[in-house]
Amino acid sequence: MNALQPAGSGAQFHSIDGVYNFAYLDEQTKRMIRRALLKAVAIPGYQVPFGGREMPVAYGWGTGGMQVTASILGLDDVLKVIDQGADDTTNAVSIRRFFNRTAGVPVTEATTEATVIQTRHRIPEKTLREDQIIVYQVPMPEPLRKLEPRETETRKMHAFAEYGLMQVKLYEDISRHGEITTTYDYPVEVNARYMMAPSPIPKFDNPKMHAMPALQLFGAGREKRIYAIPPYTKVRSLDFNDYPFEPQQFDAPCALCDAKGVFLDEVILDDKGDHMFVCSDSDHCRDRRAEGHMGPRAREAAEKGYGADQ
Amino acid sequence: MYVATKGGDAAIENSYALIAEERRGDTAVPELEAAQIREQLGGAVDRVMTEGSLYDPDLAALAIKQAQGDLVEAIFLLRAFRTTLPRFGASAPIDTAAMTIRRRISAAFKDLPGGQVLGPTYDYTHRLLDFTLAARGETPPVAPEDDATDAAMPRVADILGHEGLIEPETPPPGPEQPYDLTREPMQFPASRDQRLQNLFRGDEGFLLALGYSTQRGYGRNHPFAGEIRMGTVQVEFTPEELGFPIALGEIEVTECQMVNQFKGAKGIAPQFTRGYGLAFGQAERKTMGMALVDRALRADELAEDRLHPPQDEEFVLSHSDNVEAAGFVSHLKLPHYVDFQSELVMLRGMRASAEATQKEAAE
Amino acid sequence: MSDVPLLEAEGVSHTYAGGQVGCADVGFSLYPGEVLGIVGESGSGKSTLLSCLSGALPPSRGRVRFAVRGQGMQDVFQLSEPDRRLLMRTDWGIVHQNPRDGLRMSVSAGGNVGERLMAVGARHYGDIRSEALDWLGRVEIDAERVDHLPRTFSGGMQQRTQIARILVSQPRLVFMDEPTGGLDVSVQARLLDLLRGLVRDLGVAAVVVTHDLAVVRLLSDRLMVMRQGRVVESGLTDQVLDDPQHPYSQLLVSSVLQA
Repeated sequence: MNALQPAGSGAQFHSIDGVYNFAYLDEQTKRMIRRALLKAVAIPGYQVPFGGREMPVAYGWGTGGMQVTASILGLDDVLKVIDQGADDTTNAVSIRRFFNRTAGVPVTEATTEATVIQTRHRIPEKTLREDQIIVYQVPMPEPLRKLEPRETETRKMHAFAEYGLMQVKLYEDISRHGEITTTYDYPVEVNARYMMAPSPIPKFDNPKMHAMPALQLFGAGREKRIYAIPPYTKVRSLDFNDYPFEPQQFDAPCALCDAKGVFLDEVILDDKGDHMFVCSDSDHCRDRRAEGHMGPRAREAAEKGYGADQ
Repeated sequence: MYVATKGGDAAIENSYALIAEERRGDTAVPELEAAQIREQLGGAVDRVMTEGSLYDPDLAALAIKQAQGDLVEAIFLLRAFRTTLPRFGASAPIDTAAMTIRRRISAAFKDLPGGQVLGPTYDYTHRLLDFTLAARGETPPVAPEDDATDAAMPRVADILGHEGLIEPETPPPGPEQPYDLTREPMQFPASRDQRLQNLFRGDEGFLLALGYSTQRGYGRNHPFAGEIRMGTVQVEFTPEELGFPIALGEIEVTECQMVNQFKGAKGIAPQFTRGYGLAFGQAERKTMGMALVDRALRADELAEDRLHPPQDEEFVLSHSDNVEAAGFVSHLKLPHYVDFQSELVMLRGMRASAEATQKEAAE
Repeated sequence: MSDVPLLEAEGVSHTYAGGQVGCADVGFSLYPGEVLGIVGESGSGKSTLLSCLSGALPPSRGRVRFAVRGQGMQDVFQLSEPDRRLLMRTDWGIVHQNPRDGLRMSVSAGGNVGERLMAVGARHYGDIRSEALDWLGRVEIDAERVDHLPRTFSGGMQQRTQIARILVSQPRLVFMDEPTGGLDVSVQARLLDLLRGLVRDLGVAAVVVTHDLAVVRLLSDRLMVMRQGRVVESGLTDQVLDDPQHPYSQLLVSSVLQA
């Protein structure tokens, strides 16, 4: 889907004199954000404070990601926006509409066609390329915040690489539960130096961050921090030598497209507990089904004579 | 057969139509005009301007209409609008000593130069619902009094200052330009200019509660309302091309100076300490709460132990912005099912292990 | 004992903002493996002195110097913040009067003891755990309590956990602030015995601040008596306690005998 959607009527997008700057933010603000981005890329995993602005979308709903995206978008970019891995979740739709109207850039649902991908809580299943940028929406940029509420203290911990407290937390998990119980926003070490919060992606996605060919940018609007992982950077999920990091496993493939080794969403089908698991990455699933792959449920439906789903 | 639901676009468009309908309400009832809000709901307009960090009663009124009276939502609208405005410079500091006073009271003195001017206030009303207001009543115009406000109205803090009884307000050491919280992120530890900017645009309810708690023992600092004054002040700006200040117009502000617990040290005679509050329009409750919290946050400067929440700088300043708070609290409405799925996988796994262990133990 | 001091105080003085004198002109040298006791009543200045010596409070005048590994004698307050923080986590330890100040109450005993190891890069869970168990054993805490929270421990056990937490990094200098304060008499005796054994076995130097002469009698080699911020007498512990010279020391010693 590559259609340029025409600017709509909504009162939302009229400025006082009818004109907004490209991608809403003024050029000075974009410049300020780009400077922060450059600092972030120069110090992988380090949280750069920036003068974040109020956006027309509420804090916590993607303003950081949007400010980063707005600052890097150009006329020849193609934008994809996903939330929970899907293009059609309401907030992803809302953000895509915002950029379509204020920047007029083409939007797409196909990962392979996008040059900029703004995401909440997932990394696409397809490996990203060197010419792509992925922008993560981050609620809490500070990985140590739950252990140490004071910003004055966590700043020092990063400056002096004092990360023992996080290791203690992992120790406690193992002593209490037999394993590390963090399942999302799993802390990582970037470029063998800074501890970083990857945003609430499931730990399943952590390995994708390591040596990714694409540039990874992170925006936290409410907390006003920006950070980055340059392409091909070492990203290691924290663990113990004898309790190594393990991403989640799913027992069965996607019920619709039969994909294995991908993150699956659980869909409840009736009130008797019948459920099925389908790809979280809607684009990936659609591509596979278009290629003819069929998962167990899809095969069942075909045998019973129901039409193939789109 | 399961089919993934599409149509997020349509749902969103529909939601706009629905809120427009709700906002309008019963069409048999005349539509509210922004001008009516501006004129007749000043309390709401003033709050939205202060916490929205933008002095424009017309825009604030429009925001209140658009937000259907939800003031936090209106404040958000104003802030987002502010982001789009170009900035051409900073005005001179407003001089509240030169204020055209409409109301001025002091709890610290029985009488003082310029007198106690009660002005427009709800303080001495009896809170009885006035049903004549429900009908479209015409209120008789009040005969304008002699302008007692022509008399000199020196600030109480300045009066006390002449005798050296109250600590002077000196700018903190550091760069001359005050911090600009609308352009830079919060930094801890925060300088006083940063703190006051944060408190100015901070949620009235939050500051009120914290201020109240200081009175009840959570960081007691013995406040007296030294002075509360409300009126209009000039805004002056010096354009580069002209090199001299020009008056841009007038704004209405409320200022509160609290006089607090005195402090002394060896070799330094004791003085009263201060807390400061400021807001757009008439907003006494806000300025008083702000002044109490300002004083509490000055604990380090005044060698006081930080024992209570109103004295905890990071706690107060990180949570005072209701636009941030509302956004993050309400973001829990967004789908979190991927992370929830991760937790389910883990929990199911742990329960399976626990069952297996129990079975083994039983055998 | 070596000739090179481990810790040196020179003219250490601190006056508070309101003008009260905390301590004045305190000087001494502490050698490796030596235990120095500082006694006085409340208000004597011993707590202020401890804060200055342990790097928590910069003195208004004077210097505190420590033989930092690989750097020789360094002014503790001139060290860079990362160096000072590292020192506090490895080569130094502070046993707080209230164990709640020296422990993470919502972290298990094992986690508390293992923290210093993890802080300097230990990454093998099994090794960290067995070392923690070893140290808990040395402070006479039952192995089955390793995963329990200190919140569930008695005062004496919390104190012993605090000690294990510090000793695991094999510090060369430990500061103790009323180590037996708030404990029952019988528990105190047991703790002092333990401390004395550990200090001797590990060759740790220590500065022990207390109002309790019994503590210094048992633990310290040398003693300083403080009154109103100043050191009024110092010398070998037994000498000062058996034959006090200064009238105030005499008063202190005799009041204990009477009590």
